[in-house]
Amino acid sequence: MNKRVNLFDVERVREDFPILRETVNGHPLVYLDNAATTQKPQAVIDAIVHYYSHDNSNVHRGAHTLAARATEKFEGARTKVAEFLNAPSTQQILWTRGTTEGVNLVASSWGRSNLKAGDRVLVSAMEHHSNIVPWQMAAAATGASVEAIPVDETGTLDMTALNILLDERVKMVSLGHVSNALGTVNPIEDVIALAHKFGARVLIDGAQAVSHWPVDVQALGCDFYVFSAHKLFGPTGIGVLYGKRELLEAMPPWQGGGEMIERVSFEGTTYNQLPYKFEAGTPDIAGAIALGAAIDYLNQMDRTAAAAHEQAVLEYAQEQASAEQGIRLVGTATQKVSVMSFLVEGTHPNDLGFLLDQQGVAVRTGHHCAQPIMEQYCIPGTVRASFSFYNTMAEVDRLFAALRKAREFF
Amino acid sequence: MSQFGTDITPDDIIETLGFFDTWEDRYKYIIDLGKELEPLPEEHRTEANLVRGCQSQVWLVHEQRDGRLFFHADSDAFIVRGLLGVVLAAYNGKPAREVLDFDIEGYFDQLNLIKHLSPTRGNGLRAMVQRIQTIAQSEA
Repeated sequence: MNKRVNLFDVERVREDFPILRETVNGHPLVYLDNAATTQKPQAVIDAIVHYYSHDNSNVHRGAHTLAARATEKFEGARTKVAEFLNAPSTQQILWTRGTTEGVNLVASSWGRSNLKAGDRVLVSAMEHHSNIVPWQMAAAATGASVEAIPVDETGTLDMTALNILLDERVKMVSLGHVSNALGTVNPIEDVIALAHKFGARVLIDGAQAVSHWPVDVQALGCDFYVFSAHKLFGPTGIGVLYGKRELLEAMPPWQGGGEMIERVSFEGTTYNQLPYKFEAGTPDIAGAIALGAAIDYLNQMDRTAAAAHEQAVLEYAQEQASAEQGIRLVGTATQKVSVMSFLVEGTHPNDLGFLLDQQGVAVRTGHHCAQPIMEQYCIPGTVRASFSFYNTMAEVDRLFAALRKAREFF
Repeated sequence: MSQFGTDITPDDIIETLGFFDTWEDRYKYIIDLGKELEPLPEEHRTEANLVRGCQSQVWLVHEQRDGRLFFHADSDAFIVRGLLGVVLAAYNGKPAREVLDFDIEGYFDQLNLIKHLSPTRGNGLRAMVQRIQTIAQSEA
């Protein structure tokens, strides 16, 4: 076991997450599906209950106290997100329903107004479907094409190939910060610098990254950064799109309705300023506030120690896997975080997922919404154990005990 | 290889599962049942024969002989293969009318098995049943 874990009191942290005390199929829950969604600390749950118990009102319009209170907390959450990403302004923080909607917003609004026939959009071969399909839709509407940056056998992005693929017709490089299927951490700083040299814009899908380490969008220099609250210990249904101001200013609105307008008339409608131009309709107010609570929760934690503990858990799991006969790790890039994707000889991932669940161990099985990379590897999918800072070495032991028992079935 | 529907009937499966006290034994039996299922030749593992709505890949082909429906099904996952055996025990070799009249939900309830399956896997099985019923309807 790694000495670094001593810096981080995981048992103390686990107390903040009520769901971790659940019993599943007669066993204490071992939750190893954090790449699908993270669990919520009590502070986040409390924020939702408090909002609906004390503050519920519509934002930005009511002429009464509750409306003012709701608006203040809602906009306060936006400030917390701006600080969390080190964005230059809250006007560049747009609420979305999640990462998927963030990519769709950019692909639709920026894509359809900037792409034209012959233009190219690059994504990686290990991308999540939600960072492929919106671009295919935008490409179909504009005559642009979507191409994949190759990924090697270890799950590492081929930077040499990217160099060759890039030319002045590439208008967008849209890339995951971390691969949800393999756990690869992409060298996004290098990708951003390289893409910018060719005049391409860069969108980073941070869904799998934000829960692991602080992100600084100004230092990165990316044009867009998207993530989901629910993968950051916050609620489902809310996410964030950060964008560079000049791009957001120039982009046409995506959805029309209330909130996003300045003045509506049948002679012509003028749109609201940023960020409201992109926020038609009543937003997920409680969700935004609860995301703010999740950020507060992370801010009071020693995130460096938490990340070191999480990395130690991943390394311990990967060591166990290597010691076990017949287990093959899928995704062995040098830079990895949180995810251990694997196959077990003579078994199907879905069978293992079921047999692990019977023993109280929650993992994800299947293609992880990344079919292209599974096809490249000629596999039906994998079993994926994904860790968070609240996972323990003892839980890794439970995973492997359950795996050994599952293998006896075949 | 056993013939599902004749050598192995729904009553056999209900009875055998009734013997077991633990989920381990029940699923070992289901996995063994899957081994009795004749593998589907590669040429039938086509896109057109794939049953949509299953988490694992499931293929289904059928033929009609002497007024009876015969099904061949296969999956790349072992537990699903066993569950396909459970379904075929109910349907295989029966006239279309009997396929349509069979109380599949009642059968599943007696197995006390489906509730242990994840919704997606359960749905996959139901997608399979739906496909068989559609076939029976068109052949009835």
